[in-house]
Amino acid sequence: MIRSMLLGALLLGTVVPASAQTIAIVRGTVAIGDGSEPIGNGTVVIRDGRVVAAGPQVSVPAGARVIDAAGKWVTPGIVAGFSRLGLSDVDAVDGATDTSSEGPFSAALDIAPAINPNGQPVAVNRANGVTRAIVAPSVGKSIFAGQGALIDTGADMDAVTRSRLFQFIELGETGSEQAGGSRPAAHVLLRNALREASELGRSLPISSSPTDGDQADPRQDPVVRNPNESRLNDARRSQDVLLTRFDAAALVPVVQGRQILMIHAERASDLLQVVALRREFPRLRLVIVGADEGWTVADRLAASGIPVIASALSDLPASFESVAATQSNVGRMRAAGVKVAIGTINDDDTRMSFRARHYAGNLVALGKLPGASGLTWGEALAMVTSRPAEAVGLGEDIGSLRAGRRGDVVIWSSDPLDNASAAEAVFIDGIEQPLTTRQTRLRQRYQDLSPGVLPQAYRQ
Amino acid sequence: MSMRPNFAAAALAATLAGCASTGNKPVAVPVNRDPYPSTYQAYPGAPTLLRGATVLDGEGGRIERGDVLLVDGKVQAVGQGLAAPAGALVVDAAGKYVTPGVIDIHSHLGDYPSPGVQAHDDGNEATGPSRPEVWAEHSVWPQDPGFSRALANGGVTTLQVLPGSANLFGGRSVTLKNVPARTVQGMKFPGAPYGLKMACGENPKRVYGSKGQIPSTRMGNIAVTRQTWLQAQAYKRKWDAYEAKGGDMPDRDLAMDTLRGVLAGEILVQNHCYRADEMANMIDLSHEMGYKITAFHHAVESYKIADLLQREGICSAMWADWYGFKMEAYDAIPENVPLVDRAGACAIVHSDDPNGIQRLYQEAGKAMASGRRAGMPITEEHAWTWLSANPARAMGIFDRTGSLKPGKMADVVLWNGNPFSTYTRPERVWIDGALMYDANNPRLRPVSDFELGQPGQGDVK
Repeated sequence: MIRSMLLGALLLGTVVPASAQTIAIVRGTVAIGDGSEPIGNGTVVIRDGRVVAAGPQVSVPAGARVIDAAGKWVTPGIVAGFSRLGLSDVDAVDGATDTSSEGPFSAALDIAPAINPNGQPVAVNRANGVTRAIVAPSVGKSIFAGQGALIDTGADMDAVTRSRLFQFIELGETGSEQAGGSRPAAHVLLRNALREASELGRSLPISSSPTDGDQADPRQDPVVRNPNESRLNDARRSQDVLLTRFDAAALVPVVQGRQILMIHAERASDLLQVVALRREFPRLRLVIVGADEGWTVADRLAASGIPVIASALSDLPASFESVAATQSNVGRMRAAGVKVAIGTINDDDTRMSFRARHYAGNLVALGKLPGASGLTWGEALAMVTSRPAEAVGLGEDIGSLRAGRRGDVVIWSSDPLDNASAAEAVFIDGIEQPLTTRQTRLRQRYQDLSPGVLPQAYRQ
Repeated sequence: MSMRPNFAAAALAATLAGCASTGNKPVAVPVNRDPYPSTYQAYPGAPTLLRGATVLDGEGGRIERGDVLLVDGKVQAVGQGLAAPAGALVVDAAGKYVTPGVIDIHSHLGDYPSPGVQAHDDGNEATGPSRPEVWAEHSVWPQDPGFSRALANGGVTTLQVLPGSANLFGGRSVTLKNVPARTVQGMKFPGAPYGLKMACGENPKRVYGSKGQIPSTRMGNIAVTRQTWLQAQAYKRKWDAYEAKGGDMPDRDLAMDTLRGVLAGEILVQNHCYRADEMANMIDLSHEMGYKITAFHHAVESYKIADLLQREGICSAMWADWYGFKMEAYDAIPENVPLVDRAGACAIVHSDDPNGIQRLYQEAGKAMASGRRAGMPITEEHAWTWLSANPARAMGIFDRTGSLKPGKMADVVLWNGNPFSTYTRPERVWIDGALMYDANNPRLRPVSDFELGQPGQGDVK
């Protein structure tokens, strides 16, 4: 009841602002999420929606709400490293799914308006300790899927933390299919698009949003305000264009290095083509997604400095671009110095992001197998918390319990990388979240099947 | 060569029939019920004593500091302080777990193999809603690299490969030993009964509705299913009479042969069905037409009718936490497996997935943990029945495998830790007493023809 009242208050926007709350979570096993190993009997302090301190010798501020986490584990919330969370309520129901479009636009598509914080997958992932998600669109009929966002899973209507965080494109098999059937076609399409955007960009000031009063250097800020705004209508373009004006405009921040270009590729040779792109377009801020065969070219990926968001347990030659797939991929890339994170790429990514912590646990287990490459526990947790945040340039804001990060904190019943654990309390921006879902309500309704005086439909 | 005895038998039968036909009524020619027989042979294994493990016997028993003795391909003894026979290999299993091998009742390995290219798209004969004439084994590509992953990462020793769910009657399933072979016959579990894949719900009506055919609705699904069973009953009457009394041989129909096998109780019905209300319809339908449903697969709403399933003696094959991927999966809950189990109904954890099959043991762990959180005390030894005894029963092979009882096939996994945990992997896997996987020995890691000579060949994967 209290929870549902809290939820109601959140939905009405009448909740006590986060800034009013100071929370101290004490006596738990605390893992910071930065790759370090967990600390026994630690304290985590959240104030004004941000982490103030976390560690073994942290004092509890006066007046704080103290939560005893003895016997529990405390970590940053899980960051879904690559997902489609919030874009679909039921995958196979078209009207409830906004992952891709067959319409006229591609790069200009911005997923932010599609995010539905009331969707069941958001609630289920929140209840499983996922607090933020990197959300990408899927391609429709172009190699450009559009612009993805960082969202939170909070039980409120303000889900989008950063819109237009990145442009997502497909190279590799999917890209080649989208481009007309070959990899060369996809690469020409990409280069042509970047050329069109460059031409368009030359007629524009570097910041496309001078009116919002934000004085920060836009190159330091990964978020593009609105590349599609109407004043681009006056920009002159040559006759030799393929992209719509909106699509070309959306790529201006990409070629200027103000918006991340996230590229999905799996095959070793495709990965090296992405690395080569950087030489051709030095301002691109690249992130690779997938990289099933990354371990075979790990030294070159490491030298490029391009972050990689990889599938943790992909180990089947599911296609000809993943012939060398192995669960040791993440560990081997990490050992070679690649900046790796874990994502759920094309892996039930509209709704199963909560599996990522178990995947990370599997990589700890892998370390025990001769010939395999796994991860330390601390590094495994980082792969699903701080590393994805760092991959998209937001490591200072989310993904760990280091001071100043958003107050996204989860108290777990036990070791969160083991599958017996459950989230027992979830905070997002310092606000405690409801953990009830349709699933918990259905369980309550049907856990007793003995006939009642009224049908099950009356059990609420 | 394996065909020769059958040709011979058929020829002999034909000869006899020919002789007999000199009388006024020809004697019936028996139909060969096993025309693609198993050629599986257990590989050699040394007598092996696993010593000092936590043993989960697969049918609910647990022994601490337990020993398991494997001799001549069979479990010879399970207990404490067993003596090693002369020459036996003794494995120190202290601090580790020993269980029967994982049995996946729902797989499409081989039928939808890796790489998942269109040329390998062999799981659904989606050209008509009733296709009981197709047999999954005729689509199985034994070189699917997925088999080796299921063995090495999942400890899977037996699996049922089913046709897909595009059709109301998808065809016959096949039960395989997870031992690499050149042919599917070389993997077939000797003597395992066939299954019939049936489906209700969204898939058949979507596939045929989109072609403007029946069924395009759930009521269409039921109507076509009933009509098909009526045909099968007529066929069975004709053939039963012929086999009892001889006379003119009726026309054979492969589709009807399969359904007749179901009506005769020889073929087990494996029914893809998500929603509680649809399962109830299929139960009534089975009563109407005179057959038994062995298991509902993907039964995400079994928790709503666990009492009914218990009364009917029908198993539910379930995922631990899949939900929301289609409308009929919208009400899936993570306590489904434990709630079905608590009602005294048969609960099975299944994969339907080439990745999930590698972690079925962890899926069972999640289901167990969800149940415990919801207040259901579930022991580890009981939870392992979801992975071995229960699927073995629902596949008709529990008399031969699925638990560590003396005389059963030595299908055994040594786990390097608690076998429900993300932190645990199979250390060794024996099938019929032969060591088919050893994490510490790279030579005991199968590599499919497809992966031979490719980047990453022989990798730990």
